Amino acid sequence: MIFQQTLHVEQLKSDFPILAQQVHGKPLVYLDNGATTQKPRRVIEAMNTYYHEYNANVHRGLYNLSAQATHAYEESHRKVAEFIGASFEEVIFTKGTTESLNLLAYSLGNTLQPGDEIVLTQLEHHSNIVPWQQLAKRKGLVLKYIKLTPDFHIDLAHAREIVTPRTKIVSVAHASNVLGTIAPVKELARIAHDNGALFIVDGAQSVPHMPINVREIDCDFFAFSGHKMYGPTGIGVLYGKRHLLERMDPFLFGGDMIREVHFTHSTWNDLPWKFEAGTPNIAEAVGLAAAIDYLTGVGMRHVQEYEADLTAYAHQKLSSLKGITVLGPKGARGSVLSFTIDGIHPHDASTLLDREGIAVRGGHHCAMPLMGLLGITGTVRASLSFYNTHEDIDKLAAAIIKAQEVFGV
Amino acid sequence: MTIIDPMQIGDRELTEEEEIYKENILDHYKHPRNTGTLPECTVHHHEHNPLCGDRIEIFLTFTDETCTDAKFVGQGCAISQASMSMLSEQLKGKTVDDIKRITSDDILSLLGIPVGIVRIKCALLSLKTVHVGISHWENFTNSATTSPHSVKFTETGELP
Repeated sequence: MIFQQTLHVEQLKSDFPILAQQVHGKPLVYLDNGATTQKPRRVIEAMNTYYHEYNANVHRGLYNLSAQATHAYEESHRKVAEFIGASFEEVIFTKGTTESLNLLAYSLGNTLQPGDEIVLTQLEHHSNIVPWQQLAKRKGLVLKYIKLTPDFHIDLAHAREIVTPRTKIVSVAHASNVLGTIAPVKELARIAHDNGALFIVDGAQSVPHMPINVREIDCDFFAFSGHKMYGPTGIGVLYGKRHLLERMDPFLFGGDMIREVHFTHSTWNDLPWKFEAGTPNIAEAVGLAAAIDYLTGVGMRHVQEYEADLTAYAHQKLSSLKGITVLGPKGARGSVLSFTIDGIHPHDASTLLDREGIAVRGGHHCAMPLMGLLGITGTVRASLSFYNTHEDIDKLAAAIIKAQEVFGV
Repeated sequence: MTIIDPMQIGDRELTEEEEIYKENILDHYKHPRNTGTLPECTVHHHEHNPLCGDRIEIFLTFTDETCTDAKFVGQGCAISQASMSMLSEQLKGKTVDDIKRITSDDILSLLGIPVGIVRIKCALLSLKTVHVGISHWENFTNSATTSPHSVKFTETGELP
């Protein structure tokens, strides 16, 4: 409650125009922030202003508009770098987390030999499994998965067992999009580095919810998406340690990543442009910068504290309902709450909740192997943001009870 | 019975008539008709929707082109399972051609509520399973020299 006062949630909520609407005659309660967050007015306006006032291609035109666009685009890299404790050259813009991870799988993959091992965890999103699986197929690599403990934490003892000098890459989700598990990334970084492996963090579900410092984590790479952190779709980030990025091959080839092209060979641009081929998503970069300004204004420490309080409330509230099983760790966890309702399929539950104006996700959340492990086909998932309130959670609980009445369970 | 245009459906308050259909759907979901397996059947087919994990496995027996028995096993959401349960009641006594003429609209009108564009795949998995099953059987019959009738399948009907 203290944090609610610090955060002025109702005021923050009014920064998001979309949240003011009604759905099926009920005020919208948006609880699918793990899929994508809503956008504050200043993000929408920043992108609008870009197209209204200074749209031009970057790094090319020798005229005023292009200079403005270039400045805004580069400024966005600087803001991202500052936001995660990196330096400008280490921040590469991609389409999103998925592309960032694919870039790594491609570019790091070039250096791997048959029999080399890649270690992931059992709770990964498909985006942090499939690129490695495909790479493993192409190069004859071995994929291994760190187990979860019975209380849904990453099993560090198992990590120490399977990460060996044969391991070249360890790649883990910082925060699970299904269970809310927060991976012990500093410990995992140490385990990886002790064995000479690179350590990659999928931060798609952590960056919007906690302060991030890539140097403190000591990860070699860190990937995340703009649209899950109140920015636009179509833009994401790959952070990489400078000396590693310098040694890596580009992933995509073409304009902007070039220094010189000859008929027989070409050379690459400086970091970070070496990894940004083609005309980039300039408006989206402008929007992402505005999102970072917004989050910085709110304060990531405040966001983390408020969401921890709200998550604890939601966990307790949902767990108190009959027939509900909340998955994932108890205590400190991310603001993602996956649950099952006895006798109601997650999709039916989502449809019934929608009729109460509540937007949740139902399904496997792009984590089919984890679902198999848990012995379920899907869950209902409420993923919270700082613009959600205790009242939203109460409405969710009431809507679940109503759904149970409809199904007679 | 109102025919519901799949492009129009979804996402509004239910009318009183539709509320009755909703009860009917829940009844079929909780007490599905014609569940079970037919170890000796003519058509056996399994379909699933990987997005939501809905699964349906059908067992149809045809005697002289007429469906004499229809059973299914499945798991998934209320819409997918009720839809199959309702469809299973329509199959017996129909000819292969009759069954092939059943349309998506027919299934939606059986359900009788707006299922929403996002749930249309759930609603139509039943018909897809039946139609694809029949089509595989026909292709097999046309290309094989021996009769595919009475092919033996999984005794338990367990889903893979």
